[in-house]
Amino acid sequence: MAIPGVEGFMYPNEVELQWGLLIVLYPYITGLVAGAFILASLERVFKVEAVRPTYRLALLTALAFLLVAPLPLQLHLGHPERSMEMYLTPHTSSAMAMFGFVYLWYLTVVLLLEIWLEYRADIVHMARTSTGLKGLIYKALTLGSMNVSPASRVIDDKVGYAVTVIGIPSAFLLHGYVGFIFGSVKANPWWSTPLMPIVFLFSAMVSGIAGVMVLYMAVMKAKKMPIDMRCVDTIAKYLFYTFVIDFSLEMLDLVHRTYEADESFRSLNFMVHTRLWGSQVILQIFLCTLVPLALLASTQLFRIGEAKRRAMYLITGLLVLVGIFAMRWNVVIGGQLFSKSFLGYTSFKVQFAAREGLLTAIALMILPFAIFVALVKLLPPWPETTEAPGD
Amino acid sequence: MPWKGGTLRQFFRNSGHLIRLAAVLIAGLCVFLLIRTALIPKAFGKYGHYSPGALDVIRQRPVSYAGQDTCVMCHDGEAKERASGRHAHVACEACHGPQAAHANADDPSAHKPRLPDVANLCRRCHEKDAAKPAHFPQVVTAEHSGGAACNSCHQPHNPHL
Amino acid sequence: MELSRRDLITIGGKLLVLASVGAAFEEITGAAPPSEAYKMAEHWWGMIVDIDKCIGCGNCVRACSNENGVPKGYFRTWVERYEVENVDGRQEPHVESPNGAIDGFPPSTRQDVKSFYVPKLCNHCVDSPCVQVCPVGATFVSPDGVVLVDENYCLGCRYCIQACPYGCRYLHPEKRTADKCTLCYHRITQGLTTACCENCPTGARQLVDFKNPKDPVHEFLRTNKVEVLKPYMATGAKVYYKDLDGSVR
Repeated sequence: MAIPGVEGFMYPNEVELQWGLLIVLYPYITGLVAGAFILASLERVFKVEAVRPTYRLALLTALAFLLVAPLPLQLHLGHPERSMEMYLTPHTSSAMAMFGFVYLWYLTVVLLLEIWLEYRADIVHMARTSTGLKGLIYKALTLGSMNVSPASRVIDDKVGYAVTVIGIPSAFLLHGYVGFIFGSVKANPWWSTPLMPIVFLFSAMVSGIAGVMVLYMAVMKAKKMPIDMRCVDTIAKYLFYTFVIDFSLEMLDLVHRTYEADESFRSLNFMVHTRLWGSQVILQIFLCTLVPLALLASTQLFRIGEAKRRAMYLITGLLVLVGIFAMRWNVVIGGQLFSKSFLGYTSFKVQFAAREGLLTAIALMILPFAIFVALVKLLPPWPETTEAPGD
Repeated sequence: MPWKGGTLRQFFRNSGHLIRLAAVLIAGLCVFLLIRTALIPKAFGKYGHYSPGALDVIRQRPVSYAGQDTCVMCHDGEAKERASGRHAHVACEACHGPQAAHANADDPSAHKPRLPDVANLCRRCHEKDAAKPAHFPQVVTAEHSGGAACNSCHQPHNPHL
Repeated sequence: MELSRRDLITIGGKLLVLASVGAAFEEITGAAPPSEAYKMAEHWWGMIVDIDKCIGCGNCVRACSNENGVPKGYFRTWVERYEVENVDGRQEPHVESPNGAIDGFPPSTRQDVKSFYVPKLCNHCVDSPCVQVCPVGATFVSPDGVVLVDENYCLGCRYCIQACPYGCRYLHPEKRTADKCTLCYHRITQGLTTACCENCPTGARQLVDFKNPKDPVHEFLRTNKVEVLKPYMATGAKVYYKDLDGSVR
């Protein structure tokens, strides 16, 4: 009579999880987008010159991941062909209905616009020098205007600045609202907290910054170009600060729950000590938060050689990327493992070759990198053998 | 200001690409709005944020249980017997199963309901269980009848002895 | 010509079926389409459940399944058996609902605990969290107070399933859309009661119409201590339970 994987009592419709691996990926990917963009805006708006080498890289990373962001949602829908209804009859009381609009706004008005303005001189240059299909693409991208006079570039710079200024709250909106989707479900005490959007936002910044840092080091290695240590040190410093805030917020949430110990506490506490013990306590909090925080803190406190620092940053970056994924997992999956009756627990197994299975998730995580490589080919983020873009 | 001292014309020339971009964006927005207007379901929002047609679709589902009132229109004898006993408030279909197909058929006898499986049927309600209200008649069937079928003593339509 | 009563019923039944097929048959039968015979504005549906009458037979679950073609392993209504133990002054419920109680319950003989049955179904909330979160307007509260799903419009995003505090929704495995209790909307709009109420042998559950001044619900609510499930969720639930124990979630 006992249902396999179920312990205690679940409402009969609760046994099956509704949101699986792909819905774990979705906030992870949008988090990387928002984080990468905020890193890019450090240079642009907050004039942190040291991170200049990663500016374009961060923008392209954000775009590559943003293009993939709707795919896990699309694949998860029972009726993907109906997803356009979000634009036709968006329900104003639904947080989810805003996704389509926030996404379009962020994609076109913020990211594409900023990239276009940043690259316009290069685009015009390449439109003049390339031929064939490539030439056509660049010509189309110029929108028929070859004007890259200093005066027009000054205007571009001003508009670009304005776009970035608008972009920061937009990036906050893009990811904060993902947190709101979970944080506003009053039926689910694991999700329902006003801290959720802020925690999502800071973890997004952490993952985006770590992602760009690792990517920068990897690309430099692949291109056999020197890594700008001042740049990486600065990124690591900002990673440390945001990570401290992120961790404090998450601990605040945990402490608050434990101290308040409302009617859901016994059930959630049991869940954290059993089904989420490995993924939350061991992986997320210990291995992927405390260890990288210690590594980052030691790079701030002690004088460590360059090669060692690089290795530490790399390990930190990778651990953080795993840790933020684990955090998304623990929120999304954890929130569905306990019964809303607080009397039982179900379990979740990732399928391998299913529409929402592991293979799809792996493909969805490789895809942004493929897009990234294509974007880098189309819009090289660093001066190639050709002349440096004039700015 | 870069265009300070310059004419307005110069300014427009130097931001010509931005005007083109704005045109592209506005054109995109117009296409989006046009498609949107064309695709919104008709009458959407008549009663609230949904298609009122959904109400009709849901209402068109066929009925499976004909309902007590329909059963007693034909089955007088059983109805009378039942009405005078402890099962007066148990609907016919609660034991006999869904009979709309039988009631609506041209020839109801062609859709004859199967007799209920008495062994399980009675026990579902009357097997002794601590969670049942104390005033509800219940027995431990194994002790009560020693395996004999309930209807060998009780008449289901009026279950006195 | 003499018509037997059975014939009359047969004809009447056919007319009913035809009428329910809708406007397409209006000319043929001369019957008004259901949308005109039934005035949505004159009804406000809900249910009352008398815990002290429920015997856990599972008739409602089977009836619902037969009437609505509920997919196996999913439930629009189900019955829970509570066994509440007192452990040092703390009420510790032990709950089970084997396969939603579609085959009833194995008998329990524990006399040392308080035990009772709780039938569950969609509460047809007025301030329904599931309706609030639907991104496209595929689920809604009808003008007569029933929470319904438009299966031709639902995306299958499952946000509503997450938002329901009572676990009343599921994703239909074949239709791939959210599915739930319709309060037998196809029945109640033609004067029948719901399949679960029709088949409840003890009258533990009763369909009620709050807008009908003659409905016994008014007397019921006036003379009994009632409660809705999880009242702190403030969902405006319209399924009222009489004698609901505080341990029920």
